Amino acid sequence: MAGHSPSIDRKTLWGGGTSPLGVSYGKMMMWFFLVSDALTFSGFLVAYGFMRHRFEEAWPVAEEVFTHFPFLHGDHPLLYVALMTFILIMSSVTMVLAVESGHRMNRKGVILWMALTIVGGLIFLGSQAWEWYHFIHGTEAGAYQLADGTIAQWANEAMTALKLPNGTELMGADLAAAMETATHIQGANLTVNEYGVPLFADFFFFITGFHGTHVFSGVLINFIVFVNVLKGTYEKRGHYEMVEKVGLYWHFVDLVWVFVFTFFYLI
Amino acid sequence: MSGAAHHHQDNDFLFKYIFSTDHKMISKQFFITGSFMGLIGMFMSTIFRLQLGFPGESFPFLESFMGNWAPDGILSPDKYLALVTMHGTIMVFFLLTAGLSGTFSNLLIPLQIGARDMASGFLNMLSYWFFFISSCIMIASIFVEGGPASGGWTIYPPLSALPQAIPGSGFGMTLWIVSMALFIVSSLLGSLNYIVTVFNLRTKGMSMTRLPLTIWAFLTTAVIGVLSFPVLFAAVLLLFFDRSLGTSFYLSDIYIAGSALEVDGGSPILFEHLFWFLGHPEVYIILLPSLGITSEVVATSSRKPIFGYRAMIGSILAIAFISFLVWGHHMFVTGMNPFLGAVFTFTTLLVAIPSAVKVFNYLTTLWKGNIKFTPAMLFAIGLVSTFITGGLTGIILGDSTLDINVHDTYFVVGHFHIVMGLSGAFGMFCGIYHWFPKMYGRMLNKNMGYAHFWLTLISSYGIFFPMHFLGLAGLPRRYYSNTEFPMFDNLYDLNEIVTWFAILAAFAQVLFLFNVLYSMFKGPKAPQNPWDSNTLEWTTPVEHIHGNWPGEIPEVHRWPYDYSKVDENGDYIGGADFIPQTVPLGENERDEGH
Repeated sequence: MAGHSPSIDRKTLWGGGTSPLGVSYGKMMMWFFLVSDALTFSGFLVAYGFMRHRFEEAWPVAEEVFTHFPFLHGDHPLLYVALMTFILIMSSVTMVLAVESGHRMNRKGVILWMALTIVGGLIFLGSQAWEWYHFIHGTEAGAYQLADGTIAQWANEAMTALKLPNGTELMGADLAAAMETATHIQGANLTVNEYGVPLFADFFFFITGFHGTHVFSGVLINFIVFVNVLKGTYEKRGHYEMVEKVGLYWHFVDLVWVFVFTFFYLI
Repeated sequence: MSGAAHHHQDNDFLFKYIFSTDHKMISKQFFITGSFMGLIGMFMSTIFRLQLGFPGESFPFLESFMGNWAPDGILSPDKYLALVTMHGTIMVFFLLTAGLSGTFSNLLIPLQIGARDMASGFLNMLSYWFFFISSCIMIASIFVEGGPASGGWTIYPPLSALPQAIPGSGFGMTLWIVSMALFIVSSLLGSLNYIVTVFNLRTKGMSMTRLPLTIWAFLTTAVIGVLSFPVLFAAVLLLFFDRSLGTSFYLSDIYIAGSALEVDGGSPILFEHLFWFLGHPEVYIILLPSLGITSEVVATSSRKPIFGYRAMIGSILAIAFISFLVWGHHMFVTGMNPFLGAVFTFTTLLVAIPSAVKVFNYLTTLWKGNIKFTPAMLFAIGLVSTFITGGLTGIILGDSTLDINVHDTYFVVGHFHIVMGLSGAFGMFCGIYHWFPKMYGRMLNKNMGYAHFWLTLISSYGIFFPMHFLGLAGLPRRYYSNTEFPMFDNLYDLNEIVTWFAILAAFAQVLFLFNVLYSMFKGPKAPQNPWDSNTLEWTTPVEHIHGNWPGEIPEVHRWPYDYSKVDENGDYIGGADFIPQTVPLGENERDEGH
């Protein structure tokens, strides 16, 4: 009966047959939940693709938007987001090691690797906050929203020409005429976006925010399980399956980020 | 959980009836809440049918309980839309999704697979309470300023995305979104439980090909729910941002009172894609449990094995798979590329194949059967009838070239009410008549059951069949009144007939509810196995106990459809025309399920 995992001990209580997939119900539930959650993210990412396709011309280029790196001056396109992605993926690795230590009933190992996973998650969340801050804050020069709604940025440092999304530049009299009805905008929020169409910012805040909520809840759950590990709850229970379950969730959250990263930053 | 805690639960009223983790009690909770919601939804439809059948006529009693929703006894146009919207929402989600799946998946999954309870009783309880809160919020939204959501149950933007659009777009719409979010959580928790319970907790010998078709249907329904509801969740969350936080995912080029709104760049078509990616599978979330229940009842009451057991499983799975590829057929008139329309037409018409397999299998099961016309059986046959009628008009609507002519007319209303509403409801009635003895330990009154069936069958065809003619004549759906259009003048009588039948149908359901409430307390005690059925639930004691079986869980030795099985001499094996699943196979007996 209890062949696959010690947690199936409760099965003797049920008196039922064995699980055909060799997993406990809790783990299977987690898998199906993740499938469901994946569909939610797919909904968002499909919506993102749908809209990006509509505004192919005016869609901001990520390399021009995310250029900051803490304590460094100058342009470092996508460097910081690459670092935080790396940290998140590394936290998946430490999670694997925690699960593996759990299989060997090595409590100290679980404590160490869980702690590192939590730290990795916290660094990622902090980085995300930092990234949001700079995106909301915007560039020093800002941009101009013309009367027809298009966003134009200064083409040069001397501020003699405005560059339109289609590549043309406004100079001289055209520039002066356009500036009369234009509004100066700086940074991005849910209604305006100095880097291009507001929908880019809408989707950026929405999807990375939704993912960030997942990371946050993941850190929280990891922390609860971590406390239980410290208290020796799973040692008493005789298995560390709970670590495995939160591990599944954590890997899923990391995997989703890989997609978000690809769609928002790379493509 | 220790034994002591169990005893505590048995004795404590609060934990027995309110925060119960027992699947049988949760099933009853879903049944009662769902029926209550269904009753409200039905009365809403009778009220707006009064307006459609007798436009502009005054019914003073309406004003007496609806107040300024019906000044001088005439339903106001705003509130007409509100009632139509709430009727759709309540019937689709609260009655036929949660009410149907919640009642029967909870009751039958553990009992028919031989489990002591759901995998997680706690999550099961949460599932019910999320549903309960969601129901309360939906009902509460009727009473807020501006009224409940009024943009149709599909809540298309911009009506749903702009709080200032119509009275119902305000706080009522916000509550709709909150209620649906909780509903989705409830559905997710329930579905996860159903899936893992079926996979993991089957008793010894209960292989997947020995499961009753009800369980196959509930399992597939749960999988569809897990895959499709999150996409509605995504759509509704984006909608919430548009409404409350100033984004414009769905909004573009909107002018109110001559001035353009700031929001720009979004697309309402995006919402339609996301919504119908749930919306179409939702049809099968409603239909499949009903079809599963019907399979069980048709076989039992025909005293014959279900025809084509494996083909039935295959068609359930095929329907589930195809249901995810057809959402575009709701959007043929959105300016969709005709080529894409052709693709969706093709996938939509594919659904006809597994559906036809199911219908033929029902008919061949009935063929030459020793049919027992119990009320449950009548509703099962009624379902086969409505499934055919509605399915045939579905072929018309699934074809983009034909659909465009009747889109958004009463033809569509007639179609989906028959194929989804009636089939769903008939399956639910069928299940209640069949399993009421298991739920409450008492029998329903048979004669009231017959009266209920015939009144319901006649009145529901009386309501929805004429709608096809109304639709072919071009009458648009969702209009408050058609008196201003001379070309619809000759449709008055037909509309009036529909309304009379709607009133008759409402009375029939009151009769049913009376039967249920009366029999719950005063009905004759149920025997152990009232329908001479093979499945495991009839081996449990009539009085509910925790853990379902007092001793060991019985072992299963055969599939559930060994009815009228004879040996080489033509005598019944085992001496009766049914052999329960717990009876071991005889020497020369073949296991039919494998």
